[in-house]
Amino acid sequence: MIEAKDLHFTYPTGLEALRGINLTVDDGEFLAVMGQNGAGKTTLVKHFNGLLKPTKGEVLVNGVNTRDVSVAKLARNVGFVFQNPDHQLFSETVEDEVAFALKNFGFEEVVIEKQVDWALNLLDITQYRKTSPFMLSGGERKRVALASILAWDPQVIILDEPTIGQDYQQKEKLQQFILQLNAQKKTVVIVTHDVEFVAECNPRVILMSQGKILAEGIAEKILTNQKLVAQASIVSPQITQIFLELADLGLPTDVIDVHEATKILLARLRDRR
Amino acid sequence: MSVFEGFRFRKVSSAIHNLDPRVKFFYVCILFVMAILFTKLLALVVLFFVPLPFVFMARVKRQWLRSLRGAAFLAVFIFATNFIFGYFYPTAFQEITPPIDTLVEYLVLLERAAAMTLRFVVLIASFSVFFLTTSPDHLGLALQQSHVPYEFCFAFTTAVRFVPVLADEAQTIMDAQKARGLELERGNLIKRVRNYIPILIPLIVNAIRRSLELAESMESRAWGASKKRTNLYSLKLKRADYLLVVVSVLMLIIAVYVWLYVPIPSLTALLSL
Repeated sequence: MIEAKDLHFTYPTGLEALRGINLTVDDGEFLAVMGQNGAGKTTLVKHFNGLLKPTKGEVLVNGVNTRDVSVAKLARNVGFVFQNPDHQLFSETVEDEVAFALKNFGFEEVVIEKQVDWALNLLDITQYRKTSPFMLSGGERKRVALASILAWDPQVIILDEPTIGQDYQQKEKLQQFILQLNAQKKTVVIVTHDVEFVAECNPRVILMSQGKILAEGIAEKILTNQKLVAQASIVSPQITQIFLELADLGLPTDVIDVHEATKILLARLRDRR
Repeated sequence: MSVFEGFRFRKVSSAIHNLDPRVKFFYVCILFVMAILFTKLLALVVLFFVPLPFVFMARVKRQWLRSLRGAAFLAVFIFATNFIFGYFYPTAFQEITPPIDTLVEYLVLLERAAAMTLRFVVLIASFSVFFLTTSPDHLGLALQQSHVPYEFCFAFTTAVRFVPVLADEAQTIMDAQKARGLELERGNLIKRVRNYIPILIPLIVNAIRRSLELAESMESRAWGASKKRTNLYSLKLKRADYLLVVVSVLMLIIAVYVWLYVPIPSLTALLSL
């Protein structure tokens, strides 16, 4: 469990990025942190594995204050996939890249081999195991970065803007993959601007603005509240916007899911006949 | 990364910021020459205080101190190197006759190492104040008006402009690798140096990638299409600029006079009096 209590953070430049965040992320929960650029989303999640330490307040990971332990120790339980895979890839082969963290954590050679195989297979990149990560496409590099985090099987997985630079098919796969992780009782935290992606996954949403939590709740409630989404400089999913435009016809305005929308529209069409 | 912070330009309205960059560069070059002229600790201590009025007038004290703090590691390295080499090759000093065994000889050695370190600190201090108070645009303009070919001006200003960008990127890369269990300060000296490989490779690869992208984007915006470029702004020397030129020349004259005719005592000699 991750708890942030009255969390404040000010960068050395004087920028006050977080201003009194109170938040609990339960074990096995799927959470999406949303908000405009500069709202403090990435700054917040960087506190969850101790990369940033609070200026005021505290962050507890499984009851341990992040101030008291190193990033390496926290990282054993909290995996963090950065937005840009090019910020971490450096090894000669994909295989070495995925094994990097396992070596840092001191796993035995046999375990490393097994975990690397498992992670490569999971992300469908086994065919690239002897290839240089620099030779891969953007989407493939992102998968290598993800595999290199999943390889040590952390309990919490944080993904910073996972859908950026991914084509539609990859995004679909990523969605399935994240839901699968969550189904395996992993805690998943994603930082994203992608309302369509969140609408499809339907996690608990934290909406941030200017270093504070503006609102929190189920995606359906947050993403259909026009006042809130305007305050956070995001827009509702397209399907919600269509239903809002057609509200005069008596259509509900709290729909975010395409499948649910289809069901409602089909029912209406049947009634008309 | 704080050493780079100390070179990042910040827009502040001050008499120093408004000075002509050519004159400021001239002043910094004079400081550079003076720092190279003297090898005695006493002279270099005096030189250290020369850029201080500049720092206070420009209101960049915090950033300037940060650049000094950032240079501390290299300063310690310079001190250690000078002391060790001075110990094994004492013939480089006129004051010492090998072997080094008396306290006074050790003190001379220490003073010499401290002087060389302070020389480095003076250079960092003066160049830091120049870059803190001169925008890359003004720098480019100054070079162009000094008849340096535009290609070189552009390359130079781009390099200066990208220093803070690279510093930010290096920080992100460090965070990404720490999140995979890398502990930079772990192990012996060789291991610690090796720990930086996962930082340096992505940094270099990204820098090359970025430079190629920049070249393409510049070319697609007709860079170099016209041989004769015009500028919206042009630099003109004002009264304050002429005053700084006079002050700089006077400083140099005094420094050369002192160097030629005034024997500067060493601290060790002064103390023994």
